[in-house]
Amino acid sequence: MTTEILMESLHLSLPEIMLAVGAMVLLMIGAYGGRSTLNAINGLSVALLIIAGLVLIFVVGQGEAFNGAYLSDPFAKFMKVLALIGSAVALMMSIGHSRFEKNPFFEFPILILLATVGMMLMISANDMIALYLGLELQSLALYVVAAIKRDDDKSTEAGLKYFVLGALSSGILLYGASLIYGYTGHTGFDEIASALTGGKPELGLIFGLVFLLAGIAFKISAVPFHMWTPDVYEGAPTPVTAFLAAAPKVAAMAVFIRLVIEAFQTVTHEWQQIVVFIAIASMVLGAFAAIGQSNIKRLMAYSSIGHMGYALVGLAAGTQSGVSGIVLYMLIYMVMTLGTFACILAMRTKDDGNLENINDLAGLAKSNPFMAVILTIFMFSLAGIPPLAGFWGKYFVFVAAIEAELYALAIIGVLASVVGAYYYLRIIKIMWFDEVKHEFAPVAGELRLVYSLAGLFVLGYVIIGGPIGTAAEVAARTFF
Amino acid sequence: MIDWPLLSTVTFLPLIGVLVLLFMKDEGETSRRNVYYVSLMVTAFTFVFSLFVWIGFDNANPGFQMVEKMDWLGSGISYHMGVDGISMLFVILTTFLMPLCIIASKHSIKNRFRDYMIAFLILETLMIGVFCALDIVLFYVFFEAGLIPMFIIIGVWGGQRRVYASFKFFLYTLLGSVLMLLAIMAMYWQAGTTDITKLLEYDFPVSMQTWLWLAFFASFAVKMPMWPVHTWLPDAHVEAPTAGSVILAGVLLKLGGYGLIRFSLAMFPVASADFAPYVFALSAIAIVYTSLVAMMQTDIKKLIAYSSVAHMGYVTMGIFAANAQGVQGAIFQMLSHGLISGALFLCVGVIYDRMHTREISAYGGLVNNMPNYAVAFMLFTMANVGLPGTSGFVGEFMVLIGVFQVSTWTAMFATLGVILSAAYALWLYRRVVFGALEKENLKALLDLSGREKTILYPLIALVIFFGVYPMPVFDATAASVDALVTQYSAAIEAAQNIAMSAK
Repeated sequence: MTTEILMESLHLSLPEIMLAVGAMVLLMIGAYGGRSTLNAINGLSVALLIIAGLVLIFVVGQGEAFNGAYLSDPFAKFMKVLALIGSAVALMMSIGHSRFEKNPFFEFPILILLATVGMMLMISANDMIALYLGLELQSLALYVVAAIKRDDDKSTEAGLKYFVLGALSSGILLYGASLIYGYTGHTGFDEIASALTGGKPELGLIFGLVFLLAGIAFKISAVPFHMWTPDVYEGAPTPVTAFLAAAPKVAAMAVFIRLVIEAFQTVTHEWQQIVVFIAIASMVLGAFAAIGQSNIKRLMAYSSIGHMGYALVGLAAGTQSGVSGIVLYMLIYMVMTLGTFACILAMRTKDDGNLENINDLAGLAKSNPFMAVILTIFMFSLAGIPPLAGFWGKYFVFVAAIEAELYALAIIGVLASVVGAYYYLRIIKIMWFDEVKHEFAPVAGELRLVYSLAGLFVLGYVIIGGPIGTAAEVAARTFF
Repeated sequence: MIDWPLLSTVTFLPLIGVLVLLFMKDEGETSRRNVYYVSLMVTAFTFVFSLFVWIGFDNANPGFQMVEKMDWLGSGISYHMGVDGISMLFVILTTFLMPLCIIASKHSIKNRFRDYMIAFLILETLMIGVFCALDIVLFYVFFEAGLIPMFIIIGVWGGQRRVYASFKFFLYTLLGSVLMLLAIMAMYWQAGTTDITKLLEYDFPVSMQTWLWLAFFASFAVKMPMWPVHTWLPDAHVEAPTAGSVILAGVLLKLGGYGLIRFSLAMFPVASADFAPYVFALSAIAIVYTSLVAMMQTDIKKLIAYSSVAHMGYVTMGIFAANAQGVQGAIFQMLSHGLISGALFLCVGVIYDRMHTREISAYGGLVNNMPNYAVAFMLFTMANVGLPGTSGFVGEFMVLIGVFQVSTWTAMFATLGVILSAAYALWLYRRVVFGALEKENLKALLDLSGREKTILYPLIALVIFFGVYPMPVFDATAASVDALVTQYSAAIEAAQNIAMSAK
């Protein structure tokens, strides 16, 4: 009987197991095969991610595994597919990018694979301990990738900052989890939820909840736990930033959703005010702080802080339409971010390597009209102008907020989006209205592919949005 | 032919032109000419198709016609198009002005000609879409998306302070619109639908109407623009290229007026009645104040921009007079202002292309060497003033009749505006056209070219035609406006009865 349950559990977590085992094998190949195996490892890593995605979609069923610590449900599947796409695309871009480096590391793709395993475990976690394990696996891999350019001051600084603050936040999260365990006697989400029914929650539990949410807010870089984001985004090598900005956010947001909706469903009122506060703070700070930035990676860091705020608007509503709104928002956010970073990676000249100042984009509309149009589309979409995808992301989360009668949140949110529009417009202005400053080197094929596809998605969302919205709704229905 | 989606064809035909243009080259004289002809053909065809809308339009039917409906994006939003008497003529106005803009831009746009045309064609699709949309989210999408091409048009092909003007235009209008977006969401939540036809029948609670009305007003007042949120308009107009100004004054400002009729007045009648005195006050101030400001301008385009704000004041007061004359007059005034202000900007464009300055003091005595131009410019100046026999008169007169029934004082101040408009418009005309031809560099100016004649003469014909015989417009709008006004009065009466019985 036990073996049967074990087999069942293994079957449900097949994609994670494949990725973990694959990463280990590739590590061996890299360690013993030396430099010549680099290309093979890169290629195999991407292939592994794709295969894991296919297995996830077509083979894995639904159910609980490992005594309820691991869940495979439509929500988990949807978010995992997002995380896998994010990882695979970022990995592809960085592999292309590594040809400009003197000695690329074979560890890089393997670390990405391990981080992805961590993310998938986080998304599926239905238990505090499973959650923490997944989170740490992901975070540790990310600390290392942030510092992967070990000879570079900025990169090592970014890695160190990320590690110190990240370790602190993990500690806070763990402390919160232990408080919750102390006051409810359980670590499983379902058990916590049933322990919380009836009566006013105790103060200690509220403390635990606050600590827990603080830890997760750090991972999604929501205000007031955002301080690391601009420095790490700026310091880390650009392909790594592209990775950091996309998939880990999706995973952390998924954890956030599952935790508050599943485990703390009965104390909605307690966490709702926290979420409302961090949503407002993130939207406002993201909008105002980005205005003064001239480094495009820092700017994108503030932009992502703001976007996490918008996504949390849907969570604050705490309803099914809210959750489906965030799921959709994360999808759209990820596509826009990956596309934008593909454009940022394409900002290279032959002599100076990669450029990061927004003024380097001057006159792009003349020197590379196609990329300028695509980047303009991303900027308008990030600003939330219809008919682009970014607008629909905002639309659905704000509809949920209005339904939940969170009017103040909605009004502050849309006003912040107008402020935010200013700095996106500034980038467009630099590309279109200013004179040419740099002739960029020809854009690499994979970057062109990524930004074209992402641009097509953002532009064509009005046509293809129906089925995507339905999928998001199915994912959200898991909880209700 | 019955099932042919005519409105969608008209709306999206320009996008097909965009697709063609995307594959064309942008360098050299030949490709420039090709781009020009493709754009002209596309806009001309769009106009012809849009005429079929008018031909097929049933004047007696107050409801929506040529309706198309499809599921779209789930969540209750649908792709729903249709026109009624209020919106149909705006579609025609848009498609009519578009080819003129293309012709007017032939020589004045020096660089990135193809991109310019693409931006204009996209803009055309979005503007037609606004007037045809019967789903409130679809309406918002078209309404907001129009900012993107206009931002690029002002920013790339504008004058010296184009960056400032384009940012101000974009952020100002966006700020107004996002509040409307929240109101739209609240309406969806309340009524459970985003379908305009159903929302028109839905009875919103009075307390909610106030907030919704304010949110919609924030957006449309900026777009109109109404005093005191009009300051983006003079900047945008001055910096935009000629054709951009034409579209801005001719069509984009009308989106605000159209929105006020379609949403504010029709969906929130009680709130409209409550707020009408304030709107009257704002409109009267707008008319008098901006007319005075216009008088003192030294820049021709700025002067016309302020005069647009003043004329839009008639539109807002006509709409909130909420009787048949007022609303019909407002619609007529918008259509006629679309033609006249467009024509005036084209007239400015004619001399700007020759002299590259918009300073009034740089001109004088043009009547001596540009007689045809002088005649055309005079006609449009008179129409702007509202001389009987031109379309400008009909609209203002109807509005004043309508407003007089509701608020005599407002009508009085508005009439004052007519006198002031005569003052600034005629003074402008005197300084530019009359007087002796003394300035050396003006002496070599040539009169209207054949191209310029083909732009201006049709406009002259229409302005006089609708001034003498406005019936085609009134026939089309009458049924829908009557239905609207009847529904409005019924709602007001019902609200009063409730208030009475509560006492």
